[in-house]
Amino acid sequence: MAVSVDEAASTGPVRDRTPRARRFGGRGRSVLEVALLTVLAVVMLFPVLWMIETSIKENRDVYAIPAKFFDFKVTLDHFKDVFFSSGGGRSSLSVSFLNSVVVAGISTVLATVLGVPAAWAYSRFAVKAKKDQLFFILSTRFMPPVVVVIPIFLMYRQLGLIDTKLGLILIYTAFNVPFTIWMMKGFVDEVPAEYEDAAMLDGYTRLQAFRRFTLPLLLPGIAATAVFALIFSWNEFVFAIFLTSGDSVRTAPPAIAGLIGGTTVDWGLVAAASVVFALPVLVFAYLVRKHLIAGVTLGAVRR
Amino acid sequence: MGTVAAHGLRKSFGKVQALDGVTLDVPDGSFFVVLGPSGAGKTTTLRAIAGLEKLDAGSVHLDGRDATGDTPAARDLAMVFQSYALYPRHTAYENIASPLRARRCSSSEIAAAVERMSNLLHIERLLQRRPAQLSGGEMQRVALARALVRSPRAFLMDEPLTNLDLKLRVEMRTELTRIHRSLGATFVYVTNDQVEALSMADQVAVLKEGKVQQVGTPAEVYERPANQWVAGFVGSPPISLLACHAEGDRLVGAEGWTLPRPRWTTAEDGRPLLLGLRAEDLSVEQRGNASLSGELYGLEPLGDRTVVDVRVGAEILKVKARPTVTGTPGERLHVTVDLDRAHLFDAGTGLALSEAGR
Ligand SMILES: Nc1ncnc2c1ncn2[C@@H]1O[C@H](COP(=O)(O)OP(=O)(O)O)[C@@H](O)[C@H]1O
Ligand SMILES: [Mg+2]
Repeated sequence: MAVSVDEAASTGPVRDRTPRARRFGGRGRSVLEVALLTVLAVVMLFPVLWMIETSIKENRDVYAIPAKFFDFKVTLDHFKDVFFSSGGGRSSLSVSFLNSVVVAGISTVLATVLGVPAAWAYSRFAVKAKKDQLFFILSTRFMPPVVVVIPIFLMYRQLGLIDTKLGLILIYTAFNVPFTIWMMKGFVDEVPAEYEDAAMLDGYTRLQAFRRFTLPLLLPGIAATAVFALIFSWNEFVFAIFLTSGDSVRTAPPAIAGLIGGTTVDWGLVAAASVVFALPVLVFAYLVRKHLIAGVTLGAVRR
Repeated sequence: MGTVAAHGLRKSFGKVQALDGVTLDVPDGSFFVVLGPSGAGKTTTLRAIAGLEKLDAGSVHLDGRDATGDTPAARDLAMVFQSYALYPRHTAYENIASPLRARRCSSSEIAAAVERMSNLLHIERLLQRRPAQLSGGEMQRVALARALVRSPRAFLMDEPLTNLDLKLRVEMRTELTRIHRSLGATFVYVTNDQVEALSMADQVAVLKEGKVQQVGTPAEVYERPANQWVAGFVGSPPISLLACHAEGDRLVGAEGWTLPRPRWTTAEDGRPLLLGLRAEDLSVEQRGNASLSGELYGLEPLGDRTVVDVRVGAEILKVKARPTVTGTPGERLHVTVDLDRAHLFDAGTGLALSEAGR
C-alpha cells in the first residue's frame, strides 16, 4: 500500500532544486537559519519528546523535582503495563487498543466499500439534482459530533446499541461515508470515463468495466481516502466517551483519558499509552503526507 | 450482415441540442462517413449507435433488429474513440487482446489474433509498450487493432486520423480504405475533414448542429450540394457564393454583373438567389463569353495549383489556376464561368434550387 500511495502522490509539488545561495563561509545553511529552525523544532517537538521521555522513565524520575531531562534510568515497564495487567494477563488498556483496531478498521472498510461505488456513480451517471444530493451528503458532516451525540445517544438507547462496538462502527461509518464519497469523487473524475466505454464495447458489462479498468486506477486514491477515514475513526473521542462505558467495549481515546483523574495519576503509563496510540497515526499520516495537501484542495487534484 | 439504422435520434445536454432528429441508414459493408464541423454531434451520434448515450428519442436498429435498449456489449460493435481510450495500465498487446478476453477466447487464439493485427498495422515492435510510451500515430494503430481484432457487426470510428500529422494521415487514409475493402465490413466513420470524407466514403452524411443536411455519395454531395451550407463546407477552396436574382434570360448580380441564366433554373424573376461557383469551374486564363470582371485581390500558391482571389464588388471569388499564374493586386481580370456546373441557392432558405432540368 505504501508503494501505491507514493505512486499516486509522485506528481506532488516539485521541490525547489536550485542550489541554495552559499553564505557564511560556504556552509549550506546560514547559522541563523539553523538556530531558528532548532528553536522552532524544540518548541514544536518538546511535548512529544517529553511524552516519549516520560514513557521510558522510572516512576521515581517521572515525579522528580526539578525534572530530569537526561540523567534518568531508562525502563520499558510502562509499556509492559500498557499491554499486561499487574496480575499477568491482558490489561484493560490493551483490550481498548484492540477495540480501537476493530472499530476503526471495520468502519473504514465499510465506509470505503459503500463510498467508492457511490462516488463512482456520482461521477459517471446523470443523477437527478446531483449537486443538491452531494451537498446534502456533505452537510451531514457540518454538525460537530458534540452537537449530535445526545440525540444519537437516545436513539442508540432505544436500539440497544449503547456500549457496543457495533454502535461505534455504525456511527464512524456514517461519518466517514460522506467524506469518502467526496474525496473519491475527485479521484474518479480524474479517470476518463472513456476507458469504461471502451471496455463495454469490448464486451464487458458496466460493472466489469469499472472493476477491471477503473478500479485499479483508483487504488492509490482509495488507499489515501481510507487512511483519512482510519485516522478519523482511530482518533475519535466524543462519540466513544458518550456511547461506551464498559472496559471491554471502550476504544483507546476514552480509555487513555480515563487514566487521568484518579487521586494519583500514573503519568508514565499515560505517556506510554499515548505513544502506542500515536504511532499508527504517525505511520499512516506519513504514508499519505502529500494527500494531506491534496485533500485540502479537493477537486483541484491533478495527476 | 452489418446494417446500422438510426432513426430520429434526439439528445440534448442541458440547453444544447446535440442531436436534433438524426437519421442514418448504413448499408451492409459500406464505408459510411459522417462529416461535420466540430460540435455538430458526430461523436454523440456514434455513441448513441454504440449504446453509450441514453437517447431522448429515436431508435437504433442493427441488422434490422431493434437494439435501442441494448447494452453496448450486446450490440456487437467495435469503436475507435477520438481520444483512443487505450487502457493506460495495459500493454499494447493487452489492449488489443481485451475484446477477445471479454469473450473468453483461449490464449492461443488471442496470441494468433493479436499477431495478425500487429502485422496488418505494422505494430509488432510496440506490443509490449504501454500507451504512455507510444506516439499519437502508434496509439491510433493500437486503437484500430483493438477494434479490428474481432469481427463485429460494424466498426464505429470517431475521427481516428484527426490527431495525426498530415503525412501519416494520408498514409492511413489509404490503409483504412484497403482494410475496409479486405474485410468487407460496415464502417461508420466520423470526421470533420471533407477530404477524408470525399476520398474514403461510399456514402457521406453531412451533419450540422445535430441535423443531417444531406446524405449521398461523395460525388453527389460535391456536385449537388443540398444547400448553401453543404456547398460551403464540402470542397477546398470553399465555393464562392454571389448574391443575385434572375431577370428574364439573365442572372443579375447584386454587384452589378450579368450572366446568362442557366436553362435549368426554375426561379421566378426577382427572387433573391445565391450563385455558387467552385474554384475549378472558374478560370482567369481562358477567354469565354460568360464572364465576370473584377480585380485581383490575392494569390495563394499551393504547389500544384494557385488559388486566385478575385474581388467582384464587395464579394470574393476563389478561382483555381495553374501554379505559374502571376499578377499584381488591383489588376483588372476577367473570370470565365462554366455556368453548366454552377449552383443556385435560395438566398432566404439556403436550399438548392431544383436542378431537375439539368
Ligand atoms: N457529455 C456532454 N455534456 C454536455 N454537452 C455535451 C456532451 N457531449 C457533447 N456535448 C455537446 O453536444 C454537442 C455535440 O457534441 P459532439 O457530438 O461531441 O460533437 P462533434 O463530435 O461533432 O464535435 C456539442 O455542442 C457539445 O458541446
Ligand atoms: Mg467528436
